[in-house]
Amino acid sequence: MDATLPLLILVIPLAMFLLLGLFGNKMSHPLAGTLGTLGMGTTLVLAYTVAFTYFFSGDPSFVAENGDRLQHVVFDQTWLAFTKNLVIKLGFLLDPISAMMLVVITTISFMVHLYSMGYMRDHHGVYEHGFQRFYAFLSLFSFSMLGLVVATNIFQMYIFWELVGASSYLLIGFYYTKPSAVSASKKAFIVTRFADLGFLIGILVLSFYSQTFNFVEFTSAAVSGVADTYQVSVGTSEGIRNIFETAAAPTFMGASVLTWALVLIFMGGMGKSAMMPLHIWLPDAMEGPTPVSALIHAATMVVAGVYLVARLFPLYLMETAALDIITVVGAITAFYAAMVACAQVDIKRVLAFSTISQIAFMMVSLGVARPEFHHGLGYMASMFHLFTHAMFKALLFLGAGALIHAIGSNDYTEMHGLRKHMPITHWTFLIGCLAIAGIIPFSGFFSKDEILSSCLGNSTFVYIWMSAVAALTAFYMFRLYYLIFWWKEHETPEGHHAPHDQPWTMSLPLVILAVVSCVAGFIPFGNFVSWNGQPYDFMAHFDWGVATVSLIVAVLAIAFATVMYRKENPLPAKFKNAMPALWRWCHNRFYWDELYIFITHKIIFGLVCKPIAWFDRHIIDGSMDAMASVTNKASEEIKPLQSGQIQLYVWVYLIGALLLGGITAICIL
Amino acid sequence: MIFDNILIYFVVIPLLMLGGLALCRNIKQIRAVAVVGSLALLALSVVLLVQYLEIRAGGNEEPMLFVDSWTWFAPLNINLSVGVDGISVAMLLLSAVIVLAGSFASWTIAQPKAFFLWLILLSTGVFGFFISIDLFTMFMFYEVALIPMYLLIGVWGSGNKNYSAMKLTLMLMGGSAFLMLGLIGIYYNSTGVDGGHTWNILEIVKYSDISTGWQYFLFPMTFVGFGVLGAMFPFHTWSPDGHASAPTAVSMLHAGVLMKLGGYGCFRVAIYLMPQAAHDLSIIFLILTGISVVYGAFSACVQTDLKYINAYSSVSHCGLVLFAILMLNSTAMTGAIMQMLSHGLMTALFFALIGMIYGRTHTRDIRQMGGLMKIMPYLAVCYVIAGFASLGLPGLSGFVAEMTIFVGSFEAGMQNYLSGAGSTRLVFTIIACCSIVITAVYILRVVGKLLLGPVQDKHHLELTDATWWERVATIMLIVAVAGIGCFPNFFNNLINTTFTEKIFAVLGMN
Amino acid sequence: MEITAIFYLLPALLMFCAGVYGFITRRNMIAILISLELMLNAVDVFFVVFNRYLHPAQLEGMFFTLFAIAIAAAETALAIAIIINIFRATKNVDVRGLNEMKF
Repeated sequence: MDATLPLLILVIPLAMFLLLGLFGNKMSHPLAGTLGTLGMGTTLVLAYTVAFTYFFSGDPSFVAENGDRLQHVVFDQTWLAFTKNLVIKLGFLLDPISAMMLVVITTISFMVHLYSMGYMRDHHGVYEHGFQRFYAFLSLFSFSMLGLVVATNIFQMYIFWELVGASSYLLIGFYYTKPSAVSASKKAFIVTRFADLGFLIGILVLSFYSQTFNFVEFTSAAVSGVADTYQVSVGTSEGIRNIFETAAAPTFMGASVLTWALVLIFMGGMGKSAMMPLHIWLPDAMEGPTPVSALIHAATMVVAGVYLVARLFPLYLMETAALDIITVVGAITAFYAAMVACAQVDIKRVLAFSTISQIAFMMVSLGVARPEFHHGLGYMASMFHLFTHAMFKALLFLGAGALIHAIGSNDYTEMHGLRKHMPITHWTFLIGCLAIAGIIPFSGFFSKDEILSSCLGNSTFVYIWMSAVAALTAFYMFRLYYLIFWWKEHETPEGHHAPHDQPWTMSLPLVILAVVSCVAGFIPFGNFVSWNGQPYDFMAHFDWGVATVSLIVAVLAIAFATVMYRKENPLPAKFKNAMPALWRWCHNRFYWDELYIFITHKIIFGLVCKPIAWFDRHIIDGSMDAMASVTNKASEEIKPLQSGQIQLYVWVYLIGALLLGGITAICIL
Repeated sequence: MIFDNILIYFVVIPLLMLGGLALCRNIKQIRAVAVVGSLALLALSVVLLVQYLEIRAGGNEEPMLFVDSWTWFAPLNINLSVGVDGISVAMLLLSAVIVLAGSFASWTIAQPKAFFLWLILLSTGVFGFFISIDLFTMFMFYEVALIPMYLLIGVWGSGNKNYSAMKLTLMLMGGSAFLMLGLIGIYYNSTGVDGGHTWNILEIVKYSDISTGWQYFLFPMTFVGFGVLGAMFPFHTWSPDGHASAPTAVSMLHAGVLMKLGGYGCFRVAIYLMPQAAHDLSIIFLILTGISVVYGAFSACVQTDLKYINAYSSVSHCGLVLFAILMLNSTAMTGAIMQMLSHGLMTALFFALIGMIYGRTHTRDIRQMGGLMKIMPYLAVCYVIAGFASLGLPGLSGFVAEMTIFVGSFEAGMQNYLSGAGSTRLVFTIIACCSIVITAVYILRVVGKLLLGPVQDKHHLELTDATWWERVATIMLIVAVAGIGCFPNFFNNLINTTFTEKIFAVLGMN
Repeated sequence: MEITAIFYLLPALLMFCAGVYGFITRRNMIAILISLELMLNAVDVFFVVFNRYLHPAQLEGMFFTLFAIAIAAAETALAIAIIINIFRATKNVDVRGLNEMKF
């Protein structure tokens, strides 16, 4: 494939960032917004072209003769050569998941660019301060995220991984005069940085043993290794040396080095994808503008962790212990986040916890995926859910943004009864809720069902656990839905307009995403994405039994939510009073933030940083000063000898001369 | 003919500048001399870089290029010997950039004539140091670079300047004393090409065989001597006080270039000439520098004075330089040199910005400032960029340097561990890696308190943004930082020319 | 009785010791100067005597003494000038009060 188009996909957003970042202040607001949106639109067209070419052109570099989809490196430029083998390259890797991610990222990013043209101005049409900066950062983010998904090697991924972190930092702190936004952005960066430390060490371990950063080498070597273990046929195993033999052998603290490396790399994914216990930054990240939450903190960046695991999935298959850890972390996080989401009053926080929970679904799905069960159904399901979730969660966030824009508050107790005033928002939001709840035929139903059947294939316990989480999901989403759009509306104060639907720039993305959420479930995903590139019939693996059960569970949960929240009634209060402790813990997010504040402020700052600073000033520097003052004191003591009294000098001289003379005399005699 | 060698102009131009400054009558002439001279130096170092790369591209594998020697004092075999390799070329380029930026940053200094005289004298020492390959001349230039520091801080400084100037000078002189002893020791243990003693580094490497016993004595002497200037724990405490009191351009030059003399010297003298001792004793210094890295970072977390924060962050970053040098592994050493470049540029940028902010707000206490992003967006954005470079954002210089160091150190650590030589290197590599998190903490803390959030002091609302000369200084440094960050392989290859097979054969290591 | 060197040396030694004693104990600068002169003259006598008794054929000692006398005269003139200036400035010729320039 010609390298021009893929290169442009990366260059255009970067150029937009530089253009808007350096000269944005000289441009008018609409010009900056239009430029950014047009740039992203072009990228969207290019990305669609590339993805379409990859999936449908049938080019022999993309599809093997037996129909397997291949990993194709479009270009790979050396960026920094550490040693002969360990070379960071910047390149463009096309394979099923990167092509899919290109589509997801550019779609959501374009929608957000368009949407922000309306969102980032007030009701009188005045643009927000820093509008150009906002578009510059959006472009930077799009560039970084696209660079991340097309990475040809793990270090390129790390580079862009850091860059998305920085753009997330800049966008969360967009309202930089607001202290809460500043501390949220700081928290997000530092928590993910901490996770990246694990990622970095994981890379170091892995690359030391394998002597390569290259994904294609990793996966093809691992695929051939896995093929022996699982006795399944794989497409790409032509005589590549098994570079992991060395890493799988030595052990450290009871686990193989490869397991350690993979778990450490997963730690990076935990940070970005907000898995427990590194999830605390994501709810706070909602301080950023809502379109940013939709783009970064719902659809794209937060799934980078899932993408990372998926990218290295063949490696993880070699060490299933690491996959089990992923399953456990994911399952706990999913349940925890769903519980907390039931007890939040801030609309964006509910969506944030729901995001955490849904990402955990994807993680679990990867964790339970095994090649022997329906060709690694979990892998496909995870990617499928990533795709559908990106669409419907972006839809929900953008809908929430429309509500916030109309009402001027994040608190849904101030909303109520908006369905008559904002019909477009209402219907699209309802579609989003149905999709996430898993109601047929919306997209979430299909992807979630795949995940659940994949869980069942691995362990019944995980299946039941995740089904419970799915029920909770349906419940809290409809709780949110009813509280916003039903109930009795608040009276509009005199002189204020009643809330109303938004300009077309905001409505259009909602409608498009709603349509996608309706139909995305029918995409034969298995044809496109599978762990080893082998396409298979999606419907053949569809488990109708599981589907029926999960549908019934979802409907029951929605019915329960309807009973409780359809109209204002005393039932919720009764439940709350029946389990006060549970409610309090859920409402306060199980006090994770307090625990972190205790650790960082009291222990890190209070017991490490301050004593070290004190030690430095008083002990180390004190000893240097002490040396100086000892010298000073000594010179003070002998200073009177230099009295300026010549007669004293003569005395001393005389005595000295006599003594010397005496000694000499004694010696001679 | 002495003037046929390009390198000698690195000393001649500053000397000419000194003469020119002496003739100056007003501030405009002084500025003109400073800027023109610094530009000439920058141009010269670029020319040198191009010529150097051309010669290397022609397949020249000599350890040093442009080698030349002129007798100075024959009885003791003291020569003015010059020569450069990839590291020196990179360092000369760095120094030229920072001297130029420093000239712009001290555009409105009081008593400009005297100030620039001392500043240029200091840069003479710096340039002379980097081109010398004669230990004695090297030491002389080293001292020439140190002494003006005292006056520059003592006269033009702020705050507790007498104390700081005295402390800095005394501690560095203390280091020099060790160094002097070490260098003389090397001289009397050396054998030159003619069989007599020699100060020439190349000859010492080629012909001398310093006995292991002497190496065990001389290596710590020279390493500590240079290490003091490289802010090695526990000899780093001159750095916070010195930087806090120094005027802007001096902080820039000091952190940007002078501290690099330390790292450069540690490599060029201590390790290059005494590989056996370096190999055997490195673990002790590795522990000290490894401590430096996290210790400096943790200390920076609770400081409230902007300059103290950066001084401690310098301790951490320069600790990483020495740490990587001691890994005795070509990747880590390349990383160390990259880190020197990167730290030089970004710290110079930091100190320039701090000076500019201080010049406006008249305080460096972050508790008394806030929301500067709204008041002086240009300076604030530059500060954020410098911060990102410091915490290792890809695309800026810090990232490539740190990653090269970590990859190299980890390799050295694992090899040691697997060969049963102990896990100290590995453990300290992982500890050093932790600094990327701590750095993020203190950088973002400053950015959050200083630049973001609501405006703390209503008087600050009247302040103005950067002037044109401040913009020139900052843009130059940012471009350099981004240049290294975006095209690291160019610098990587430049530096790598030093770490040829030959040298590692000398070092007896991989 | 033959006049030996000791007859010259003993008074000169006494003179020297008196000079030293005076130099150490006197507070008046003029007195100190006088003591200094005593010591100088005593040394001059030593020179002459040793020259005469040890190397009668040579005259270096004699010339040296002549030089010393000349220099002592100049030195005394200088010293007195300094003392007068000090007295003008401080109304004081007591050395113990003159410690402004110590350390």
